Amino acid sequence: MTGKTLYDKIWDAHVAHEAEDGTTLLYIDRHLVHEVTSPQAFEGLRMAGRKVHAPDKTIAVPDHNVPTTLERNNGIIDNEESRIQVEALDTNAREFGVHYYPVSDIRQGIVHIVGPEQGWTLPGMTVVCGDSHTATHGAFGALAHGIGTSEVEHVLATQTLIQTKSKNMKVEITGTLAPGVTAKDITLSIIGKTGTAGGTGYVIEYCGEAIRSLSMEGRMTVCNMAIEGGARAGLVAPDQTTFDYVKGRPHAPKGAQWEAAMEWWKTLHSDDDAQWDKVITLRGEDIAPVVTWGTSPEDVLPITGRVPEPGSFGGGKIEAAQRSLDYMGLTPGTPLSEIEIDTVFIGSCTNGRIEDLRAAAAILKGKKIKDGLRAMVVPGSGLVRAQAEEEGIADIFKDAGFEWRLAGCSMCLAMNPDQLAPGERCAATSNRNFEGRQGKGGRTHLMSPAMAAAAAVTGRLTDVREMM
Amino acid sequence: MDKFETLTGVAAPLPLINVDTDMIIPKQFLKTIKRTGLGKNLFDEMRFDENGAEKPDFVLNKPAYRDAEILVAGENFGCGSSREHAPWAILDFGIRCVIAPSFADIFYNNCFKNGILPVVLPAEQVETLMQDARKGANARMTVDLERQEITASTGEVFPFEIDSFRKHCLLNGLDDIALTLEKASAIEGFESRAAQSRPWV
Repeated sequence: MTGKTLYDKIWDAHVAHEAEDGTTLLYIDRHLVHEVTSPQAFEGLRMAGRKVHAPDKTIAVPDHNVPTTLERNNGIIDNEESRIQVEALDTNAREFGVHYYPVSDIRQGIVHIVGPEQGWTLPGMTVVCGDSHTATHGAFGALAHGIGTSEVEHVLATQTLIQTKSKNMKVEITGTLAPGVTAKDITLSIIGKTGTAGGTGYVIEYCGEAIRSLSMEGRMTVCNMAIEGGARAGLVAPDQTTFDYVKGRPHAPKGAQWEAAMEWWKTLHSDDDAQWDKVITLRGEDIAPVVTWGTSPEDVLPITGRVPEPGSFGGGKIEAAQRSLDYMGLTPGTPLSEIEIDTVFIGSCTNGRIEDLRAAAAILKGKKIKDGLRAMVVPGSGLVRAQAEEEGIADIFKDAGFEWRLAGCSMCLAMNPDQLAPGERCAATSNRNFEGRQGKGGRTHLMSPAMAAAAAVTGRLTDVREMM
Repeated sequence: MDKFETLTGVAAPLPLINVDTDMIIPKQFLKTIKRTGLGKNLFDEMRFDENGAEKPDFVLNKPAYRDAEILVAGENFGCGSSREHAPWAILDFGIRCVIAPSFADIFYNNCFKNGILPVVLPAEQVETLMQDARKGANARMTVDLERQEITASTGEVFPFEIDSFRKHCLLNGLDDIALTLEKASAIEGFESRAAQSRPWV
């Protein structure tokens, strides 16, 4: 018998029913819910007279719409539609009796930051949410992926999902990272290599020395963008780093249950003789600090590069690249480090954790942002914000000229008032540079928190290594 | 969910790769708490200018394609977010079938939950259908789910593959939740076993 991958093992442990054609009911251990993709699902339950099957395994938190300015503490959301959506979550969470962190709770934040922070996300679990960046939780060795609203309703009603199994892909990052290179550069570089559809049909397991050396925060950044590579989910096998992070969190097991859990968690790794459908290897030493130049996360180049010629691509990408450059207002051949920006956004489920804020603050300490620039930091949760204040990081940001915001998704997808105006150009630590993503006509360059901080100081895309 | 059996209608060509869900339905329209009414904002930023006026060049604004029921697009259609508002907007506009060389995973799943048929065909066949779609209102294609075939306006037939369970649900307009609840005893059995083996969950 051949060995199993980590994905195989988690899958096998969650099969509640398997039909002859392989269609499987996969049991879901944790269901995270936010205000944008859930109202129609709760309404569906109500209309059918159904209950939430496992309210104890369901965790709700508003994040996408919530304002991040301090006025929100007065309990006011000016945008009526946003307010209705947040109120609907409030009503639904209370009526159906699920765990809930309202806007006023210090534990509120981006759902993918709150889950791990509170110990809801544990190794070996299945985790879903009506949000594609659910892939984040794969950093714990949990099978985690985004679902649509119909599936949200299905999980609420049955605690299962109808699934067919994906294929196994191994992405190995060998060696060590050079100074200035971070988890964000790893994950963007992978997408730059495989393309945004390279992972379609697969679950990716990230492994290799460079991944092992990452903190949990870094692993979450890598897994977060598995979806940008098209994969259903990304995984990192749990190890001592994982166990140390999880231990003592509010909803992590304790005492004898911790011991029992550890016994199983230690078996959660791919066997040496596991079969892989696809293997990709990158050398950690070859990864540079990168930025995106276009309107797809696959449009990645080292900061030392130049805006590419559309003609240097092939197939449908030639037209797509031309369209991207037109939208981005860029000329082929321009050095990336000469592209001027007017906005900096540090935050999101990709890079809104304490380590991300520390990395940016390390660059900003004692410096000021360029005159006229708009720069904001949006911590991923109320607890990240509080910790940053305690560590003095908040003061570094404020002294540098950054706005210090409350927790939420904010300008990553600009559903709240944090948006780019047409033509504005942003150095962003978020995950998508799609047309209009951060505001209609807004232009996004994705990068690491340290790179975004460096850009804030110079007012242009900047190689962070020059500031180290 | 409405059944999908056969569909004959105008096919609109959208020869772009990586059409993402922010293009299909920008975030400002995700604030609804309903499933309906999103069709008027389908492809909003490509379809309308900053004053809300139609951009005449965009395919769905052209007279021939205003009532398109089929969309032919480039690879990796529907990439990006999990928002089901994307298929809701497509359906609300009146499109019930999207043909592309590949789809993003979550979008593909979401289509089936809403009675939309996503059809994957090899890139060169999609290109042939794209050419056919460019003929305008004469580009009436027929999609037959039972037979798993698309017939172009030229009469040329393109067979396609589809998962048998999904096909069954789409042909019969079945509600997934009701089907799963028939297996409630299997779910309860799983839960009682898991309570023993993984009590910390």
